[in-house]
Amino acid sequence: MKKFWNTGEPYVLATGAALAIILVMSLTLVGTVMTNGLGYFWPRALVKLELKDGSFALGQITGHESNPISGVRRIQLKVGNRDVLGQDFRWIDEKDIVSSSEPADAVLLERREHGNYFGFLTGVTGEGQNLTAASPYEKLQQGLKLVADKLDDGSKIKGQMSQLNNSAERYRLKLLKLEYSGAEKNSAAISELTAAREKTLTEFTRLNEQATATQAGIGQITAQFSDVTGGAKDISLVDIVALQRPNSMSFFAKCGAYLERVRELLLDDPRESNTEGGLFPAIFGTVMMVLLMSIFSLPFGVIAAIYLREYARDNLLTRMVRIAVNNLAGVPSIVYGVFGLGFFVYGIGGSIDSLFFPERLPTPTFGTGGILWSSLTLALLTVPVVIVATEESLASIPKGIREGSLALGATKFQTLTRNLLPMATPGIMTGLILSMARAAGEVAPLMIIGVVKLAPTLPFDMNFPFFHMDRKFMHLGFHIYDVGFQSPNVEAAKPMVYVTTMLLLAIVIVASSSAIYLRNRMRSKYTTSTF
Amino acid sequence: MSQNLEQSGNPPILSVTDLNLYYGTAHALKNVNLDMARHQVTAFIGPSGCGKSTLLRCFNRMNDLVESARIDGSILFNGAEVNDSSTDVISLRRRIGMVFQQSNPFPKSIYENIVYGLRIAGVDDKATLDEAVERSLKSAAIWNEVKDRLNDSALGLSGGQAQRICIARAIAVNPEIILMDEPCSALDPISTLKIEELIEELKSKYTIVIVTHNMQQAARVSDVTAFFYLGELIEAGGTRKIFTNPEKKQTEDYITGRFG
Repeated sequence: MKKFWNTGEPYVLATGAALAIILVMSLTLVGTVMTNGLGYFWPRALVKLELKDGSFALGQITGHESNPISGVRRIQLKVGNRDVLGQDFRWIDEKDIVSSSEPADAVLLERREHGNYFGFLTGVTGEGQNLTAASPYEKLQQGLKLVADKLDDGSKIKGQMSQLNNSAERYRLKLLKLEYSGAEKNSAAISELTAAREKTLTEFTRLNEQATATQAGIGQITAQFSDVTGGAKDISLVDIVALQRPNSMSFFAKCGAYLERVRELLLDDPRESNTEGGLFPAIFGTVMMVLLMSIFSLPFGVIAAIYLREYARDNLLTRMVRIAVNNLAGVPSIVYGVFGLGFFVYGIGGSIDSLFFPERLPTPTFGTGGILWSSLTLALLTVPVVIVATEESLASIPKGIREGSLALGATKFQTLTRNLLPMATPGIMTGLILSMARAAGEVAPLMIIGVVKLAPTLPFDMNFPFFHMDRKFMHLGFHIYDVGFQSPNVEAAKPMVYVTTMLLLAIVIVASSSAIYLRNRMRSKYTTSTF
Repeated sequence: MSQNLEQSGNPPILSVTDLNLYYGTAHALKNVNLDMARHQVTAFIGPSGCGKSTLLRCFNRMNDLVESARIDGSILFNGAEVNDSSTDVISLRRRIGMVFQQSNPFPKSIYENIVYGLRIAGVDDKATLDEAVERSLKSAAIWNEVKDRLNDSALGLSGGQAQRICIARAIAVNPEIILMDEPCSALDPISTLKIEELIEELKSKYTIVIVTHNMQQAARVSDVTAFFYLGELIEAGGTRKIFTNPEKKQTEDYITGRFG
């Protein structure tokens, strides 16, 4: 027996087991997220159930379980029609079901408000509109296309209107500034600006009328539906986002619908307090925040590490700084958030406002949470990782490289820039990867310094100066918390939580993989051999 | 304990007087006095830890990198004090090149390794650099082996080739002295032989100071040999005289292999 222990085999087995446990845990996590997230968009069949009490129910089966109290098997049915039934979901005991069928003409509507509608199409009325198709369903599709085109035209006009609005606001602020500095002496400039502003506003009004005219009438096109309980419903086509007949869709049609939903998820804005629609603003906000964070933390961390490792003398102070830096990585992130709020937002942001934007006060510009302050705070949070990684990789460069360079008459700085930094780059990249992964997943500090549930605008648009660092933004991590725990309709939001988690994981994986790819390219270039 | 080197007619290029070096409290070099003549090969021999590498690293002030090192005494290089705080260390190191025990090519191409010293000195003219690469690789007797792969990484070279690249790199900036710190200790006999032949050839253009563990090597390549023991210079003189008829008992014991 003793011999068995001495062979070392048990220890090898223990290491293997440890790795296996970790793998199983990660795979379970990722697997749960993937199965729940990926399945969400697949068009499920609409099932019509006849119940023992003679009533009917129409919906998608979203789960089976046994009742925790009575132990009776029951199904969870997504019945939609929140505005009619009050709730999206309903539990039905399996023993109460008399029969079930999948009616081919059952229609699924995604609406802008009140969630999905499940029912049957009865007719389409569009006065003065040229709806020629024969069957009501085709008529409805034709109508939807017409509405979509008009809305598209409308949104183009709205884009121009937003630009005009923007410049009118700039004129207003310029006017205020001039008035502050003396209305008398600037009177010429003021009248000129007022005229320009008037002109912009007139143009704005004209466009607004045009937009209204374009969309006139489309609100009148409605479709009539009846639900399974026999109730009738008139729905305006403007309120319909998507139309499906899942029971009569072929496999490929379902694939197409699936891809369309994925596209919507990645590129569209959220609806219905974030539980429906897309995640584009959150994806954009997360990516931009992480990139900004890298831009701030990478140079800072590298420069600090260079000083610590190459220039600072090895004395008590240096050692204390090093310990402090290492411990900084362990400070709870919410503390960084509070610090960011006090230092960046109120301190620096408030000063910027009173110095450069006095005309906008009391509305804060930089003196409120925003993407700039969020990235700076997260940069502060992740800079220790970069410092430690850079220091370690500088320390691991063989002494011979330094001596060889110095002995050829290079200065310390030349040695650093020409030899040490290129050789340390793979290590620095490792630090960057770790810090990006950490920053992408961090939520707590962001909640108080710039992340919002719903941002009206992206931190980037086509209005000068394009990157609006003062704006608040949306973030996938916060989205998970918000949708999962703050939403009024948690059951309906659950799939969204999985999808958001999956996306956040995907973003971290994409960012890390690209950094790892870069690192490996550099590593093969700068690997030192011992001989 | 000044040793006069009668066999050399020309004035010394390096002249060490009463040199003491301390690492913290450890006294590593004790009252060393030694002259090195131009265009000669001087070999430092002695057992491990006797201070021969430390002395070598004093010549191009590499001991500056050791925070605890403290030096007093004088080293004159062409009559100018090396240890003076006003000495321009950069230009000193350019004039006194160094080759290390472990070959240390930079993780760059062979070409970039050779021109490193020139580039940091601000030379960027392609023709000058090309000329310097060819000249120094030829001087280091490695031109024929690498001329077709100058843009390959220097890390792919064998130990002996890498060491000759390091010698070529030192030559490229046209130094007056080349310091060699046990350049062959990590090499196989054939590579060692090549380096020794190289030293023989380089002697005509450069002054060479070589630290070696290998007494046969000192006997083969050097004109003058200095024997160190426990931080002291025991004896220095013409190589033939040291190896055949040393004055000191300790030298004789070391050379005949009784200790060390």
